[in-house]
Amino acid sequence: MHGMRSILPAGPNQYFIIIHVKYPKERLDTMAIPDEEFLLKTTSACAGCPSSLILRYVTKAAGTDTVLVIPACCTSVIQGVYPTTAMNLPVYNVAFASAAAVASGMSEAFRAEGKKTNVICYAGDGGTIDIGIQALSGALERGTDFLYICYDNEAYSNTGMQRSGATPLGAMTTTTPGGKKDHKKDLDAIVAAHNPVYQATACAAYPQDLYNKVEKALTIPGPKFMHVLAPCPPGWRFPSEKTVEMGKLAVKAGLWVLYERENGKLTITGASKAAMKKRIPVEDYLSVQGRFRKITAEQTAEIKKTVEENIARLQREVDGIC
Amino acid sequence: MLTFGTGNKAVAMAVRDAKPVVVAAYPITPQTEIVEELANYVTDGSLDARYIPVESEHSSMAACIGAAATGVRTFTATSSHGLVYMCEMLHMSAGARLPIVMANANRSIGPGWNIGAEHTDSISMRDTGWLQVYVSSVQEAYDVTLMAFRIAEHTDVLLPVMINLDGFLLTHITQTFETVEPDDFIPPIATPHAIDINNPGGYGTLTPGDTHFKFRRDIERGMQASIPVIEETEADFARRFGREYHLYDEYRMEDADVVIIAMGTFGKEMEVAVDILREEGIRAGAIRMRWFRPFITPDLDGKDVVVIDRDYSFGFGGVVANELQAKCGCKPFSVIAGLGGQEVTYDDIAEFVRIQRPGTEHWFGVDD
Amino acid sequence: MFEIRLHSRGGQGGVTAAKLIAYAAFLDGKYATATPLYGAERRGAPVVSFIRIDDRPIRVYSQIRNPDLVIVLDESIMELVDVLKGLKPDGEVFVNSQKGTCVEGHRTYPVDLTSISLSLDLVLAGNPILNTPLIGAIAKLGVISQESAKQVIAETFRDERNVEAALRAYEELKI
Repeated sequence: MHGMRSILPAGPNQYFIIIHVKYPKERLDTMAIPDEEFLLKTTSACAGCPSSLILRYVTKAAGTDTVLVIPACCTSVIQGVYPTTAMNLPVYNVAFASAAAVASGMSEAFRAEGKKTNVICYAGDGGTIDIGIQALSGALERGTDFLYICYDNEAYSNTGMQRSGATPLGAMTTTTPGGKKDHKKDLDAIVAAHNPVYQATACAAYPQDLYNKVEKALTIPGPKFMHVLAPCPPGWRFPSEKTVEMGKLAVKAGLWVLYERENGKLTITGASKAAMKKRIPVEDYLSVQGRFRKITAEQTAEIKKTVEENIARLQREVDGIC
Repeated sequence: MLTFGTGNKAVAMAVRDAKPVVVAAYPITPQTEIVEELANYVTDGSLDARYIPVESEHSSMAACIGAAATGVRTFTATSSHGLVYMCEMLHMSAGARLPIVMANANRSIGPGWNIGAEHTDSISMRDTGWLQVYVSSVQEAYDVTLMAFRIAEHTDVLLPVMINLDGFLLTHITQTFETVEPDDFIPPIATPHAIDINNPGGYGTLTPGDTHFKFRRDIERGMQASIPVIEETEADFARRFGREYHLYDEYRMEDADVVIIAMGTFGKEMEVAVDILREEGIRAGAIRMRWFRPFITPDLDGKDVVVIDRDYSFGFGGVVANELQAKCGCKPFSVIAGLGGQEVTYDDIAEFVRIQRPGTEHWFGVDD
Repeated sequence: MFEIRLHSRGGQGGVTAAKLIAYAAFLDGKYATATPLYGAERRGAPVVSFIRIDDRPIRVYSQIRNPDLVIVLDESIMELVDVLKGLKPDGEVFVNSQKGTCVEGHRTYPVDLTSISLSLDLVLAGNPILNTPLIGAIAKLGVISQESAKQVIAETFRDERNVEAALRAYEELKI
């Protein structure tokens, strides 16, 4: 792995870190995921962290000419502590509500200077669905040339697992000790209403699908959005080695559908192609997570209904009916 | 070029002449004319900038932060609720040492809705690490906006600058002013910590307490370093363009027994009050405070001091009066006047001097 | 210092008129300021603007309390607002009036600006343009020079009829 060393420059301003890195060799096979790492092994993530897993493949797909804009979220911590960083790319950490707006300014500045640098917001669900939704909406509406990635662990995990707008019905969090009484907010429908040039979902359990989507998104100018499911071991209360398994269960049960929407055309991708036709029981997903310990039979039925409605809606869109 | 226009227009023209690369814009009365003018300049090609029509003031400062982080010149404007809404990002921009320039049309904060001039908006942002300057004429609004870019971007400073102009009283008044050809008066921006793809680093990562503490001290160093930078910038401006500015303005102070102190348009109008008082045999003088951050301390030794605050810190007092008292050891007669655009004339200001009682506070038009 | 208070209604162009008069004074080599006194920006509401003209730089930002001249662009405002408030004893009044309104105790100059504009079909968004004939009338009062009045109109309005409107008002105002 790359050696990591930091140098504090002299002068009145020490607000930055310089890391000495080796640059990855040019990629020969575009279909394969490159070996080069931009998230180094020194991260301070939890064991089994889906956020760092996703970030690893996002940055591999994005390559060196990339700046990450990160609002307050788990990834604020994952990078490590000043004066060192686990990120081998420029990372700009910003206020909770501001990621998409910062990216707007950054993207415009780069384009004004004739630079094609990728500007990627990498934000949690709270920073996207709740406090950051206004800035995201504005940036999408303005046609900002950037990629916004929401990694969704369905709670405010960085502050110790509080309910967010993305927390599903029935899930226990520290602020919904009896289980959440409301449904998960339909972020993708909100984003779709802005007609971004590219919109996709992905899941930490399927890195190739994720990688392909990021790589494709970054070839298209304009506002791109990706929503990635991030099964969180401490938050969802499952063993640390089960992150990938949990993601697969979500997709197989149809609770999470992998797709991309380009030029108004929806395509189901990867493992979701099969799940559109045949799904495992939702209970297989719910029962292995401690957070659903208090879910009621009515809530489980509600979730099943929502899954079926969502699948049917997506199928109609695939079929060109809506 | 001799021009006739409003305070807002003067700011916009100075911004045009300073050639920022990114302008973030959100409307709010009484600043809106600034971002409208800039939209015109971008549309007619006289300003080659990216104009980002953001969805809130929080995002206008966020967009400026994102742009400035890449090392380009940025500008935005706001007022009142807009300023306090972006409060978080004011801290972020100064903490990130980004030389953003912003105009603020000083206006009261609700409830109820009032759009009159008041300094409480900017003064309540005093601890964010932004430099704050208060201007008192359309010409000064133009000149100081140009100078603000040079001061903010100076590598000894690297702090954002807020140009404050009294809402309506200055933003909407039409006066004569002269524009200049800045040429190399503002050197090309060279932010030393701009994002560099070839030299990647983390910005604003988790920071241990002792390091955070050092960063705070660095901000204060930048603030203190700004004082000679301001003086040098003003001197160079006078050399090149013939108009003189100083850290604070003095009027008939040579033999003054009593000095009136204020910021903004009061700072001009009180000169008329001084003339009236002098005719009555009262040896009055005036000091117009221009820079509030860094706080410049005038020599007030042995003089009676009357301070007019167009602001108030609840549970404390008039902010300028109390800060002066803390720094100079004077016992000012603290007049609170003009909040919410309350009408205050030179006659009223002269009366403040006649009724002054050192060490007391007087709410004009309310204390009877 | 010569101080003018201008009363109009939102949408009549009073704020612009004040700027144009001040601009003409500036062209005459004077110092001049124009300030609108805004409430909420809505059509039809009474609006006040202030114009100051002096040979020395103007240091005053507060409202004009004792004007030398009061201009009333809409005489129906006189029923709502005391337009004579604070007017100097020898102060004068200009009224845009179709009925020759005169004010007691003050020299009054009534001119029918509205009819001048309408006769020339000078209408903007449904309202007759009162700025340009007003400038002609104010030039007649000697507040600004004829040359500067012409230049202001030429610089601000492309339509030649504005010059004609100013000339007509200049002629109609009787000193």
